[in-house]
Amino acid sequence: MIIELGHYCLALVLTISFFQFMIPALGVRFNSNSLMKSSFITAYLSFTLILLSFFSLVYAYVTSDFSVSLVAKNSHSLKPLIYKISGVWGNHEGSLLLWVLILTFYSAAVALLGRKLPLKLISLVLSCQGLIASAFISFILFTSNPFIRLFFPEVEGEGFNPILQDFGLAIHPPFLYLGYVGLSVTFSFSIAALLVGKVDTIWVKWVRPWTLIAWVFLTIGIALGSWWAYRELGWGGWWFWDPVENASFMPWLAATALLHSSIVAEKRDTLKAWTILLAIVAFSFSLLGTFIVRSGVLISVHSFASDPSRGLYILMLLIFFTGGALLLFAKKASHLKSGSLFQPLSREGALVINNIIFASAAATVLLGTLYPIFIDAINNSKVSVGPPYFEAVFIPLMVPAILLCAFSPMLSWKRAKLENIMERIVAVFLCSIILTSILVFIYNGSASAFLGVFLGFWLILGTIYEFIMKVGTKISFKKFINRSLNLPRSAYGMSLAHIGVAIFVIGVTVSSAWRIDIEQPITIGDKVIINNIELNFLSVNNVNGPNWIAERGVFEVLQKDKNNEFLYPERRFYPASQVNTSEPAIMSNYIFDLYIVLGESINNNKSYTLRVYYSPFLNWIWLGIICMALGGILSLTDRKHRLGYTTKINSANVNK
Amino acid sequence: MKKIYSSLPLVFFFILTIFFFRQLILKEDPSELPSVLIDKSLPIIKLEKLAEYKLFNRENLLLLKEPSLINVWSSWCAPCKIEHEFLLAMSAEYNIKIFGINYKDDKKDAINVLKSSGNPFYAIGRDEDGIQSINLGVYGVPETFIIDANGNIRYRHVGPILEYDMKNTILPILNSIK
Repeated sequence: MIIELGHYCLALVLTISFFQFMIPALGVRFNSNSLMKSSFITAYLSFTLILLSFFSLVYAYVTSDFSVSLVAKNSHSLKPLIYKISGVWGNHEGSLLLWVLILTFYSAAVALLGRKLPLKLISLVLSCQGLIASAFISFILFTSNPFIRLFFPEVEGEGFNPILQDFGLAIHPPFLYLGYVGLSVTFSFSIAALLVGKVDTIWVKWVRPWTLIAWVFLTIGIALGSWWAYRELGWGGWWFWDPVENASFMPWLAATALLHSSIVAEKRDTLKAWTILLAIVAFSFSLLGTFIVRSGVLISVHSFASDPSRGLYILMLLIFFTGGALLLFAKKASHLKSGSLFQPLSREGALVINNIIFASAAATVLLGTLYPIFIDAINNSKVSVGPPYFEAVFIPLMVPAILLCAFSPMLSWKRAKLENIMERIVAVFLCSIILTSILVFIYNGSASAFLGVFLGFWLILGTIYEFIMKVGTKISFKKFINRSLNLPRSAYGMSLAHIGVAIFVIGVTVSSAWRIDIEQPITIGDKVIINNIELNFLSVNNVNGPNWIAERGVFEVLQKDKNNEFLYPERRFYPASQVNTSEPAIMSNYIFDLYIVLGESINNNKSYTLRVYYSPFLNWIWLGIICMALGGILSLTDRKHRLGYTTKINSANVNK
Repeated sequence: MKKIYSSLPLVFFFILTIFFFRQLILKEDPSELPSVLIDKSLPIIKLEKLAEYKLFNRENLLLLKEPSLINVWSSWCAPCKIEHEFLLAMSAEYNIKIFGINYKDDKKDAINVLKSSGNPFYAIGRDEDGIQSINLGVYGVPETFIIDANGNIRYRHVGPILEYDMKNTILPILNSIK
């Protein structure tokens, strides 16, 4: 019964969101305030009903109702509760419902916070959101309905891919979708701006924090996926340049560019058409990602079960929204008043270079991801594009971006004098070169290790130096503290995020340059020594989990001057899906990660293949990403970046 | 902004969608690329020798007169590392002859993998630019082909062979064509 209610709510929202699109659009056409105002009610209503619909599906999963086809296919009564819940979005149908839930949530939030925006603008925004929602809900209802009942209910579910039963992955889709779908808000704002034909301060003031919020969620979402890949896939890597990963990375690159270009649009009243284009492109990448993951046009380790009819439907959605938006852009963008030209050596000049780099980076990833499709079409041969391509083209693009990142915040707006900052650049440069040289000399690193570590130091030192200069020098310590406390939070946010990038770069460089791999057969009682750490293989026990049985290896880890610790890598067997998985055991601290995987047993369980990876500073990768996300959140709490920005003048113009 | 510039994104996007349409309509599911070579004789592939390892060429495969595997791998390919232990198991425990094609790889890295993780291959050859593998219809690494005693391709496996694939697909097929 509850399932039918959820199904009914979903169908109802299809109509309501269509009204949310149609009525305000008519209102704008015929200049009727009451028609325009209806968009608020429909936005709240859609969200409430989708929420009900979503919870009915959660209920079916939690109670293991195997008369629902989706639950029977993807769940199992013995699964732990958290994985029953995360199972809701662990499949194509349920994840789309989550997608729509988040979309309507954002619409409702925009409606709630945008009450004081010019009515025409906000109702066009909500109308666009309504159109996206109705397109996706019809997609769910007609091709991927999660509420279909089975004619003959199953007694037990078929289980759920055990490799997906992980806490990081359980919360990964909600964060990722909060990012993906968050970009729909800036997309709708751009469409509204193009329709109104005017990009004013209030528009920019809205776009910036909403981009930021989507960016923060996207950052966390991608990191969670990567963290899962690291802990679960069992070879010590955390990024594979797989099409599905790239699908989430492209919107992130576009959103990062958007984040920076909106600063220029806000401060200097220029670069508006470009900002609008980026907002369109960023959301289009989200849609493209959806298409790649769900249509099966590309082979990926972790795509959903694909179905060509669904692929065609999503392609139509992509063409409709992206094509439509770009058509509108082509027609209207030339009418937007563009601001004055500016000096290449200025803050805005540096931000433009940042934008060029990030746009090229997104284009590079796009090209690499879709290259197999292009080649297949052109000369009918099959190729695969692997990490060598991405590493060869992506890293050279990021090097100038990081070089620029350290000193562009030191440049002043409009026109900067190089003499003013030359001294600081040289100082930071020398310090980082010296520090890097010492480190690379001691630990015997390669040229690429040198470059990576140098960039990290350069960015950290540059950011700290810039922060100190911003507060002021030649003042007493007390005054310094007082002044720095009075700095806006967005200044802290920026510095923290940039330092996060630096920590990330150092983590990536050091963990790959000084990584040690050992792969060898091992018998109980054997000993492996890796970088002065002694590993003793003590025993193998049998253990039982909630829905698996496992062989658990016991390894004693001995380090000089430290207490011994134990690591327990497992080989799990999931009876429900008849699958074996390896659960790596990881010893993790700020200096290194020790990662061990117990492989297949050889010679009748006497010995096993063992893989050990020693990756120094690997945790810095996650730490860097956390700093970036925290920097974003800190900026969001800045008063001038409130999500519901309005000014008195603008609220007086509401009914204009 | 000039109008012509602002319509550029639209043009790019339009071209992109043509490719998508083609891919969707022509290739309904790329993960089940029906190899055109299934049940046909192994095409001629010319590989280079890798260090001291026995060179894989068409003749020494045909001379075997028993079912065998061709595995396309690379040292830079992550799924290949996962697959490696099962290849080792198949060659050691089930005494299956595996012919390796080292795909677009660095010589040193490839030798390193074989030295440190063990060599599951009966014979091996390098395909430095990946062109020889295209004759086999290889889409990406890893890929594995089952060849019968007469040198005909009988099955194609895309992606890593995990324990499940080994026990439920590869070994049963090999047994059935013995």
